Amino acid sequence: MVSPILELTNINKSFGHVQANKNINLKINKGTIHGIIGENGAGKSTLMSIVFGLYQANSGSIKINGKEINLRSPRDSIINGIGMVHQHFMLVENFTVLENIILGFEGETVFGEKLQKAKEDLEKLCQTYNFNIDLDATISDLSVGFRQRVEILKSLYRGAEILILDEPTGVLTPQEVDELFKILRSLKDEGKTIVLITHKLIEIMDLTSEVSVMRQGEMVGHTKTEDTSKEQLAEMMVGRSVLLRVDKKEIKKGETIFKVNNLSVKDDLDVTRVKDVNLEICSGEILGIAGVTGNGQTELLEALSGIRKVESGSIELFGEKISDQNNFLNPRMLKEKGLAHVPEDRQRMGLISDFKAHENLIFGYHDQEPYSKSAILNNKEITEYSNKVMQEYDVRPNSPNLITSNFSGGNQQKIILSRELNENPKVLLVGQPTRGVDIGAIEFIHQRLIDMRDKGAAILLASVELDEILSLSDRIIVMFDGKIVGEKENKNVTDRELGLLMAGVA
Amino acid sequence: MSNIVVDKSKVPWWVSNVIVPLVNLTLALLVSGLFVFIAGENPIEAVKLIIYGSFGYIQGFAYTLYYTTNFIFTGLAFAVAFHCRLFNIGGEGQAYIGGLGVFLVAINLSFLPVPIVWLLAIFGAFLFGAAWAYIPAYLQSKRGSHVVITTIMFNFIASSLMIFLLVDVIRDTNQMAPHTVKLPEEIWLPSFEAFSGILGIKIRYSPLNLTFLLAIASLFFVWFLVWKTKWGYEMRAVGHNTQAAIYAGISPHKNIIIAMCISGGLAGLLGVNEILGVSHKIQAGFPAGYGFTGIAVALMGRNHPIGILPAAFLFGILYQGGSEVTFEMPNITRYMFVAVQGLIILFSGALENLFRPQIESFFVRRLNREVNA
Repeated sequence: MVSPILELTNINKSFGHVQANKNINLKINKGTIHGIIGENGAGKSTLMSIVFGLYQANSGSIKINGKEINLRSPRDSIINGIGMVHQHFMLVENFTVLENIILGFEGETVFGEKLQKAKEDLEKLCQTYNFNIDLDATISDLSVGFRQRVEILKSLYRGAEILILDEPTGVLTPQEVDELFKILRSLKDEGKTIVLITHKLIEIMDLTSEVSVMRQGEMVGHTKTEDTSKEQLAEMMVGRSVLLRVDKKEIKKGETIFKVNNLSVKDDLDVTRVKDVNLEICSGEILGIAGVTGNGQTELLEALSGIRKVESGSIELFGEKISDQNNFLNPRMLKEKGLAHVPEDRQRMGLISDFKAHENLIFGYHDQEPYSKSAILNNKEITEYSNKVMQEYDVRPNSPNLITSNFSGGNQQKIILSRELNENPKVLLVGQPTRGVDIGAIEFIHQRLIDMRDKGAAILLASVELDEILSLSDRIIVMFDGKIVGEKENKNVTDRELGLLMAGVA
Repeated sequence: MSNIVVDKSKVPWWVSNVIVPLVNLTLALLVSGLFVFIAGENPIEAVKLIIYGSFGYIQGFAYTLYYTTNFIFTGLAFAVAFHCRLFNIGGEGQAYIGGLGVFLVAINLSFLPVPIVWLLAIFGAFLFGAAWAYIPAYLQSKRGSHVVITTIMFNFIASSLMIFLLVDVIRDTNQMAPHTVKLPEEIWLPSFEAFSGILGIKIRYSPLNLTFLLAIASLFFVWFLVWKTKWGYEMRAVGHNTQAAIYAGISPHKNIIIAMCISGGLAGLLGVNEILGVSHKIQAGFPAGYGFTGIAVALMGRNHPIGILPAAFLFGILYQGGSEVTFEMPNITRYMFVAVQGLIILFSGALENLFRPQIESFFVRRLNREVNA
């Protein structure tokens, strides 16, 4: 039998006392698309960073085509034919595509022959794989999908035989995902080997021929994709069976609670991010906002929650005007009116990572009884409450005195949710509730949101995960370039339709 | 890999808060010892002199506690602002202006019952110090002018202002030196020798006075404020993550002002010690660098009252013991002790993380072995 193109044996890697990879064995065959799937923090990215030479393993061996190699830096990996496309692109924004690709491999001091040669080579590559990229375009003019292609092209130009993609679809619209998959398939047909790191089961089923599952730093299974199913993979990832669909009762829509009239909002750089938006949310319904990141959802949510000033238009809560261009209620006043907000970016806004868990559990409610009385914090009361709520929301570990940054992303999110949902808000603004959260916790968070809806809360849900929008929302609006470009009842809507709207095409 | 990554959650508190500062301090003192050796004196003898000077006799010890009093105030001042992530370098100027507050209250209200004069004078010191910190605070929160820059500037302004006042406005006109008249004797704070007199111990003059108890009370006040009240909670929230504070409806503007004013007020209390307790008049330049040394005290004490007390005491020992050394060892000038202070700041501030990872990982490994065994 031919030896696999990449073989890892007994790879171990720890950071301090956290063992990120434990005795990992992995064989990847030439000319395949191999998926590596696992929850956040399962050790996928660490493993691939070892293969790419960013980290060095504590022990274990790496073989390429049966030959043991020593990878001390990404340069070694590139020489050995390994390329990696990171989640966050490593491109110089104001350089052209060509300049970015040859960066570090210019080969001459004054550009001339070799640059010309590089350009010809790249054009050939583009043709072979149907990349459709203008080599002289400036990166800042390119969409996210094209930037990703530049990254892939860069790896190929440097002679990559094995291409590692780390969560490549996180920032793409469904259409862009299709294009990417087309390119990946044609790369495979040309004999390249692709390693796809993802936590999305659909992508694995769609694209890969083999899949390896990681859980808590260990490799828990290898299988051919055709021999497995989504449910089975999810079970392997989490270690127990998981409900992938959310059970939802029939909608019991009540009166209008939140009303937004002709709202426009500017960001910190004075760019108008929300343009003339109108929307209404009723009690007992979940309104989903779909859209690619950066199309105004963040600013909309911030304006609605009283963090950001309104440029023009107005916002009404329970028929009372809470914001217009002249004045706006601050978040604390809105809280008193029954509005809760789970912010998009929990690290930046939702939590103070240096605070202890119990301090974060009362954050924003700290000046209310019983947590404080005449400005003095009631620690006994706070600790009791924290213990109770952490149990209820299954925050692990259940230690209110632990510093928040020591909790995993999913548990940090549970801390925020428990805080915001505990007061039984009448209106709930939720941004990216499951970003960076593992499958087990996603299930739990979704169920809580549905419970809130059934209790009659009005919920606005902004998410870049279309699956999430589709499975939770009663009604969906799509934002593109600050405007609402579509509104649909969530009946028989497909992700294709939404995708076109999200890309601003339809 | 060369850099050591330590899982912070497994490091026992006493390792990072006791062992690491002690190691840094020891290093600073070792290097200082080397300097003493180069200067041609015996470092061991110097240490003996420091210990004798600061503990060896009751008057020396009283001096040590007097210095400690000042360092507690300025150390706490820096620490309070730091919990809101503000570097208040202006303790020196705030203390200077605080002294003006003490004096004006005491001289104008001296007809009131004595304890009330004391209370009002303390309040005056706090208020004047706070007011001097308010302007940089306002400029920071509204205009974004960095407090590090503005508070340094305000030290110079305070110094110029006070010289002007001491020369042209409030000078004791019976003489030419830039200081005021003395306060009436009946409102001076009781000194340590007065207390020891009651107990039957007779000592010579020492500057230690009742303000020491005010300093101890301030330690409690700061601990309570920062960790037990919603104000401290909000200040810390703004300091750690301003975005999150805004999200929770906490005003960064308000908290920057509160933190800076409390900080300035605490620095102002130094005036109570110096004017109501010791010299009973305003002398030009009376804060004498305590405001700056307070930064080192706070850094060494990890901005916590429990740490600031021993740190202030240590600097008190260095001040008092240091003057003993310069008296006995002609080759050691008082600038040598400025250098020693500098070394302590260097090792416990700038080089704080020099050995931290090694020490922490050493203990984590050891403790884990004990658990496993």
